[in-house]
Amino acid sequence: MSDETNLPPKQSPLHAEHLKLGAKMIGFGGWNMPVFYSSILEEHQAVRQRIGIFDISHMGQIRVSGPSAERWLNTLLTNNLERLQTSEGQYTMLLNEQGGVIDDLIVYCRGSNDYFLVVNAAKIEEDFDWMQSHLAGEVALSNLSDHFAALAVQGPGSAELLRQFGDLPSRNQIQEFRIQGIPVLVARTGYTGEDGFELFYPAAAAAVVWNHLLDVGASLGVKPCGLGARDTLRTEVCYPLNGSDLSPTRTPLEAGLGFFVDLEKPEFVGRAPLLAQKRAGLRQRLVAVKSDGKSPPPRAHYGVFVDGAQVGELTSGTQSPSLGIGIGLGYVDVPYTNPGQKVEIDVRGRRFPATVEKKPLYKKRC
Amino acid sequence: MLVPDDLRYAETHEWIRPEGAIGTVGITDHAQAELTDIVYVELPQIGALLEPRKAAAVVESVKAASDIYSPVSGEVVEINPDLESNPALVNTDPYNMGWLFKLKLLHPEEISSLKTAAEYTAQIAT
Repeated sequence: MSDETNLPPKQSPLHAEHLKLGAKMIGFGGWNMPVFYSSILEEHQAVRQRIGIFDISHMGQIRVSGPSAERWLNTLLTNNLERLQTSEGQYTMLLNEQGGVIDDLIVYCRGSNDYFLVVNAAKIEEDFDWMQSHLAGEVALSNLSDHFAALAVQGPGSAELLRQFGDLPSRNQIQEFRIQGIPVLVARTGYTGEDGFELFYPAAAAAVVWNHLLDVGASLGVKPCGLGARDTLRTEVCYPLNGSDLSPTRTPLEAGLGFFVDLEKPEFVGRAPLLAQKRAGLRQRLVAVKSDGKSPPPRAHYGVFVDGAQVGELTSGTQSPSLGIGIGLGYVDVPYTNPGQKVEIDVRGRRFPATVEKKPLYKKRC
Repeated sequence: MLVPDDLRYAETHEWIRPEGAIGTVGITDHAQAELTDIVYVELPQIGALLEPRKAAAVVESVKAASDIYSPVSGEVVEINPDLESNPALVNTDPYNMGWLFKLKLLHPEEISSLKTAAEYTAQIAT
């Protein structure tokens, strides 16, 4: 995702802690965040093998409550909220009238008609404005983003670390913990393909929880991790990044996210164009590709070719630290989207062979 | 950050070690630390004529591709063969094992217009 605004970048409530740890900072979604502390590769491996802790305070939190909250939210989001029990979360999307993706997010049910939405940093205002302009019924909407610090604690050792503070939620569940006396919402979710948790708590206590987890986790090999590793980890497991793999001109069906769209719901914004697209058939689909051999790392906007003709374009790409080879995601014409399809990726005018693969590209050893 | 005294430096973070008519080029310790995790290096062809401040090579980290400029004019006479199998040498030993290419200097006097170690140290300190 690029920084399109000219506003000065926002700082996380953990900014001073990042500088103390020697983080290299970059702009991301209007924020100044750590890209790495020591090395993207080391941080990536820490998450795959032990535990990594990411500051994700740039992400937004929106509360939706009131007697009409469930019914109303269900007309805006693609997934079906009626399937959600209290303390459960679900991955879902907010679409525009054309069926394109405004944002992908997780909605947690905190009680009857009480929802907690976690949205992408660059989309906080846009999501909130969109929701406000579509308000109907008795709904209270509040943007709590500035009040929350957020951490992602990810990796095979993360359960052992967090177990010390309470009974762990199961996958996609959310629970309230106390860490150093501070109320912390702990959800068993993540963006890395590993077991992991996302923590939401008052921004004023940002450093207390962050430092405590780093201290207590030291013996478990915990490492602070930046957005660089977050990106390589999510690309390996083919989780889309909004602004790169998802956009207002691409639908969830093209992105392969149909599982999170309930077309049986009577109405939600974007439903009609999705049904029409489903009837007409897709022109392109988001696929995962893997380089066949040594090549420069695939990157967003590189062309994808078959028999010398362009059939698509990458939207993400990197050198996979776990697989030791180039990987990417990209939209490709449907006839060339079957796993095993041989393609070529154009890197600065040179073509490198690659293969369409089944998602995810990396599967954790169980 | 290491900035050896016997090298000259370009503002764009390349170093050159002149030895007679030949100059060896690489990127500085500061540059490799900023890029981190170099996973691919694309080197110029032997025989290519390079001009100062024109892109000569590409160093790719996990995060991004960065153009590397030739500090001076010259003809490429040798490229580092070890970088194909071990691009991380640029990270671990930027001034020795991690060199990129060697040039036959076309205008050796260009070297004196490059920064000294002290001047480059001052540049990266700001």
